Amino acid sequence: MSAAAGGGMTLTEKVLARAGGLERVVPGQIIDGRVDLAMMHEQGAQTVGPFHEMGAAKVWDPDRVVIAIDHWVPASTEGAAVLHRILRQFAKEQGLPHFYDVGNHGICHQILAEHGWVVPGDLAVGTDSHTNMLGAMGAVAAGIGPTEMAAVLALGKLWLKVPPTVRVRVRGRLGKGVYAKDLVLRILGEIKTTGATYKAVEFTGPTIERLSMSERFTLCNMTTEMGAKCGVMAPDATTYAFLEKIAKHPMHPIQPDPDARYERTLEVDVDGMPPMVACPYSPDNVRPLPDVVREHVKVDQVFLGSCTNARIDDLREGAGLMKGRKVADGVRFIVSPASTSIYKQALDEGLIDVFTDAGAVFTNSSCSACFGGNMGILAPGEVCASSSNRNFPGRMGAKDARIYLLSPAATVAAAVRGELADPREFL
Amino acid sequence: MRDVLEGRVWTLGDDVDTDQIISGKYLTVIDPNELKKHVFEIALPEFAGAAKAGDIIVAGVNLGCGSSREHAPQALRAIGVGAIVADSFARIFYRNAINLGVPTIEAPGVRAAFSPGDTARVELREGRIANLRTGAQVTFPPIPSHLLELLEAGGLVEKVKRELRAAAAPSGR
Ligand code: SF4
Repeated sequence: MSAAAGGGMTLTEKVLARAGGLERVVPGQIIDGRVDLAMMHEQGAQTVGPFHEMGAAKVWDPDRVVIAIDHWVPASTEGAAVLHRILRQFAKEQGLPHFYDVGNHGICHQILAEHGWVVPGDLAVGTDSHTNMLGAMGAVAAGIGPTEMAAVLALGKLWLKVPPTVRVRVRGRLGKGVYAKDLVLRILGEIKTTGATYKAVEFTGPTIERLSMSERFTLCNMTTEMGAKCGVMAPDATTYAFLEKIAKHPMHPIQPDPDARYERTLEVDVDGMPPMVACPYSPDNVRPLPDVVREHVKVDQVFLGSCTNARIDDLREGAGLMKGRKVADGVRFIVSPASTSIYKQALDEGLIDVFTDAGAVFTNSSCSACFGGNMGILAPGEVCASSSNRNFPGRMGAKDARIYLLSPAATVAAAVRGELADPREFL
Repeated sequence: MRDVLEGRVWTLGDDVDTDQIISGKYLTVIDPNELKKHVFEIALPEFAGAAKAGDIIVAGVNLGCGSSREHAPQALRAIGVGAIVADSFARIFYRNAINLGVPTIEAPGVRAAFSPGDTARVELREGRIANLRTGAQVTFPPIPSHLLELLEAGGLVEKVKRELRAAAAPSGR
């Protein structure tokens, strides 16, 4: 569908044109987008009030709503228990069958990914800012607030301004001990936390084509930290193979037009790139890890978890480094898988033994220490090495606690050494 | 919605994220009147105790980046903040605040024109913000009409309520 006038469309533009029932859209245009999938986690509890206040009687399509609790699972405070109960009651009253409750739980984005809830061509929205992660499916996936979600549940649509697209074209091979996380940190270091605000980020190039779905999720996940409305990747054989048996609805495999117009293109060559680290207090404060290692940054806590990096390949990579080594004295190492199915897989593969034998705590699957509201909270002045996505002041507890964002392998290296370390020395 | 707002100014720096507006430990609190006691606890600790209805927040770039939590603009609405003005906003915060009916204005250059305690005069339709102490003026592009409609309705809840009512009403054919 390459439009004759004014060049072709980017992937995001084409997906939004489909959602808006339009032939063609241009950046800046406002569309009414039909929603293919709406996801809520605990914040969805704040959707229920406005939904009723709006006078809405029924959710527009119960089959396209997924509820996945993940921040406090099982509930760790009375407040969280109340949020969960509000959601359970709402699901019951509205007949919403797709509720991932305690025992079948996981981080909401991972649940959407591993159950095939978002497929190529979809417009997906969720009450969490990292909903962007699902753009790796060749979909437009964006975070919205709970009041807006109430309108989506009532109407099945929302207004969206078509964003301009920043293209990130990546070539080269990631070296040993260098991962998709290092790549996205490097990109974030260039784009910065405001560089893609209100924009779409489209990843392309030979390096991207070689990435697994899990690695693609890591990249799209952190487009949120670039300020982006969405982060997308064109679907290919890897996407279709991943979704083959699990896709919950029909795919609309949309490719960007060859003559699409991009606001700009960032070229990235990863040949020879070292591991990277985002230093306090911003995810775009990115430096090559070896430079920071030289400064002997001691850590109090290490976290291998979050929607960015707690899939089975992340845990395998971490366990590979951990095996036969010990967590350094005085360091607390928290490992939290992203979902119950990943937990089970880690159990089957003996990864849980590797971590616990080394002196780590392997927790239930949830957001865990990522957001400073449930467990693994940092005391004033403490330092944490984390595989998560944010290190703003107060993110994991005390305002002045310092968080360094790294790949899963680099978190294990830090846990072993008791200070930031280059994972390549452990391979 | 009033077209012209005047209020005392509170200033914030750049990149004030939602964790610094409402910290993660209050995420299970959903009563806005409780939330407002903790708003800006990390970014501007004296705010919650002293802010009054009609006050105007003037921030730097990327206000409200971070999580999608609506607690942040909800707490500000509970205080009755007159307007939130910034050099730029993170997208979810911007949408949330507008959806809640809080006038939210992106006006590049505005932060540099204000000091804490100044009085700001915001002319929504004219696209102008004045510092009544210094006389400095900052202009901003007109608020898009679909957002003005939202603000005029008093927020998204009211707007959808009207839409649903209109759809349910007998068509009169
Ligand atoms: S793991 Fe962290 S970033 Fe991901 S959804 Fe949970 S709190 Fe948010």
